[in-house]
Amino acid sequence: MVVVFFTYFALASIVAGVMTVALKHPVHCGLALLALLLHVSGLFILLNAEFLWAVQVIVYAGAILVLYLFVLMLLNLKTDDRYFHSSYRYFLAPAAIGSAYVLFLLMRSPFKGAKGDAPTVAVLQDGDTYAVGIKMFSDYLLQFEIVGVFLLGAIIGAIVLAKTPKPVVDKRDR
Amino acid sequence: MVPLSAYVAVSAVLFLTGLLGVLIRRNFIIVLMSVEIMLNAANINLVAFSYYLESMAGQLVALFIIAIAAGEAAIGLAIIIVVFRGKISTNVDEMNLLKW
Repeated sequence: MVVVFFTYFALASIVAGVMTVALKHPVHCGLALLALLLHVSGLFILLNAEFLWAVQVIVYAGAILVLYLFVLMLLNLKTDDRYFHSSYRYFLAPAAIGSAYVLFLLMRSPFKGAKGDAPTVAVLQDGDTYAVGIKMFSDYLLQFEIVGVFLLGAIIGAIVLAKTPKPVVDKRDR
Repeated sequence: MVPLSAYVAVSAVLFLTGLLGVLIRRNFIIVLMSVEIMLNAANINLVAFSYYLESMAGQLVALFIIAIAAGEAAIGLAIIIVVFRGKISTNVDEMNLLKW
């Protein structure tokens, strides 16, 4: 059952990612990005990361994407063209072979390593949110504070940048 | 049971898609969206390793990445609005003032 869901979420997120890059109209790209974010959040659920699922849906799909769509609607962009280098066909076959080789190596690799201190059973006992909270406010407290300061800087920067500037002499008619 | 390799492969494909988008698209907003795709690919990787190696660190770093992505989107879109106000264009090839 997990395999079925994984296959669906993986294929759908890849398709949505390709559509985000390939579609012409910017608003369509934004909606494809929304599909990508929601399907990636589905992958998080399969990995027992419910808290990250909620954060992904609320922050990414709810806040960041709405910001993108707001700016897209505000600027009323036209469709634009994509630039492929004129000789891109010569790179297609080496790129495909290289990617297939990397995938082959990935599938062979067992990824064995030292286990950490949060086995699935222990996480499921109190829930993922509890585990994330305990870890964040003990071992990762400094990083948490740094992210807070970073977000404050981002807020101030965005306000300063997007504030209406002093009227300048504009020679062109809009 | 889905192997860890499958998650890493999905993440790699998504990362390459985002990289391709940054390289071939000329609309600044879509370039930023492609960067979001790449950040999401990194998040999948981190959470998958966090699950399979039984450590909480990956999920925390993924949380921080989401916070960084929010800041990056806010600043990037503010820059787009400033540029658009002056030049009526979001083509990355026409934003070359810093090159001189």
